[in-house]
Amino acid sequence: MSESPLLSVNNLHVRFPIKAGLLQRTVGEVKAVNGISFEVNRGEAFGIVGESGCGKTTVARAILRLLEATTGNIAFEGNNISSLTGKQLAPFRRKVQAIFQDPFSSLNPRKTTLDIIGEPLRVHALAEGDGVRQRITDLLEMCELPARFMELYPHEMSGGQRQRVGIARALAMEPELIVCDEAVSALDVSIQAQIINLLEKLRQELGLTYVFIGHDLSVVRHLCNRVAVMYLGRIMETADSETLFSQPQHPYTRALLDAVPDPDPLTEAEREIEPLHGEVPNPSNPPSGCVFHTRCPVAEERCQHDAPPLVSLTPSQSAACWLVKQPFSNS
Amino acid sequence: MLLSVQDLAIDLKRGTELHRLVSNASWELEAGETLAIVGESGSGKSLTALAVMGLLADELFPAAGRVLFADQDLLKVTDETMRSIRGAEIAMVFQEPMTSLNPVKTIGFQLCEGMLVHLKLSRSQAMARALELLEKVGISDAQTRLKQYPHQLSGGMRQRIVIAIALACKPKLILADEPTTALDVTIQAQILTLLSRLCSEEGVGLVLITHNLGIVARHAQRVVVMYGGRIVEQADTRELYRMPRHPYTQGLMRSVPRIDSDRHSQLQPISGAPPDPFDVIHGCRFNPRCQHTTGQCMTDMPLLNSTDEHSVACWNWQRLA
Repeated sequence: MSESPLLSVNNLHVRFPIKAGLLQRTVGEVKAVNGISFEVNRGEAFGIVGESGCGKTTVARAILRLLEATTGNIAFEGNNISSLTGKQLAPFRRKVQAIFQDPFSSLNPRKTTLDIIGEPLRVHALAEGDGVRQRITDLLEMCELPARFMELYPHEMSGGQRQRVGIARALAMEPELIVCDEAVSALDVSIQAQIINLLEKLRQELGLTYVFIGHDLSVVRHLCNRVAVMYLGRIMETADSETLFSQPQHPYTRALLDAVPDPDPLTEAEREIEPLHGEVPNPSNPPSGCVFHTRCPVAEERCQHDAPPLVSLTPSQSAACWLVKQPFSNS
Repeated sequence: MLLSVQDLAIDLKRGTELHRLVSNASWELEAGETLAIVGESGSGKSLTALAVMGLLADELFPAAGRVLFADQDLLKVTDETMRSIRGAEIAMVFQEPMTSLNPVKTIGFQLCEGMLVHLKLSRSQAMARALELLEKVGISDAQTRLKQYPHQLSGGMRQRIVIAIALACKPKLILADEPTTALDVTIQAQILTLLSRLCSEEGVGLVLITHNLGIVARHAQRVVVMYGGRIVEQADTRELYRMPRHPYTQGLMRSVPRIDSDRHSQLQPISGAPPDPFDVIHGCRFNPRCQHTTGQCMTDMPLLNSTDEHSVACWNWQRLA
């Protein structure tokens, strides 16, 4: 059982129609996710990084089955999630939970913590009667909040406390997998570190698996053991964290890492940075060939016509670039 | 000295009550220099900038202190004088380019508006300068862009336009409030490099308000750290990062995950949360979150000795160093 991955995403495509005019005719489509595959093992923290519009949130929503894959499939514990219906869906909904970016809009402002966490407990019959309060007390304690928070409304809490309630709500379902979509991005620096440490502690103690979506590379590196870098709906490079950040192979990964300023003026003074020119192209009309070629500092003729496949460089690292050295080539 | 903020205090009027949101803020800026103001939400960093610009909302007002710019106290000048300074000699770049541009006016109109009013240029002269500015901020096909509306441009492009507008009247000072927080990292690097380069080329003083310590390290020469409406530490960037003296600054540095740190090292966050401006805290505003609190911290407010090169508002900093 432990050998098979908990989550496997296979050649996932998600397209959104573009509708226009009085009759809302479909005039084109946005290829938000364009053929990506990855596997997440039990107990792992898998990071997906990329800029806005790269499709990372769409991947998260597809995993949560908040939207349907256009083609390709997502298997959770070996079962294709798009075939689940009605009663079969309930256990999946329980086992896969989400933590969202903005704790201000992901908690119902008219409900107390007791209702926010209590409702799913009752729906999934995980606790009843007096057990509900006891369970919530335990969950709050796990998230380092005192039991009195049960009676509070979201507006009575700070951003960090709200995010802890959001985490407690996800944990209430005893999930196998938690999808964290920019879970710490909206928080102040000192609070962000608290939540990162909490997520790390919970993963170790409860044996959770995370898919962590983020744009802050240093946060993702800290929290995840494997990372995929996305650009315009495709995976550009994937590797374990150590390798990705110390030996990035894809020019886009290198540019992303270069763009992150280091909080140390001495290393910053020595660093020669050539910021990536141009902007992310429109996903409804992506460039031909390699989608990154319009901004790539080393692009060649062939990159304009042929899209490079994601190839393994080592057992733990793959990159989609024609110019990355192929370890098994004959040259 | 280009700008000198002296003992600035900002009050909020709520009914008949007054709440002090910023107190004793003092800092100075030379021409061509970049000063960063760092702090978390509610620290008063944006309010300070708005006070300098004379843009505080109605219920907020500067309660004490002086803001000296070109031999005038900006807190005392008439509205009319302030209007002639704002946008002309002091310009501002806001965080969210979608909301700081007017959605129903063309880029060309918004670029030229200030030049027509402040520089008394003719329409054609203003348009010519607008074209020049767009090229300066790295926007291609400038002629077409002038006729477009903000929604037709990407986020990075919009922020370039906002920078072009800020530079339009050749200001001496630019206040940039979280100018790249809403942008992607690669665009963030482009915009900040551009802003820094243009300011140093033209000798413009830049006040960079941010919460990102990496940006500060890369772009600022001096740093002011604010916490709970007060400046807690002030120093040259290198000095501050090499040897942070205030427990809050030290805590901030330790709570940021770094690309080059050991991945398995635990972050050391500051416990608790930033104070609500309406909380009554006796003594040092940081004492509820500080690990080094002593009796004096609970009763007396430590003051910043602003004559020092590296000044800190903490009773115990020497013991902690």
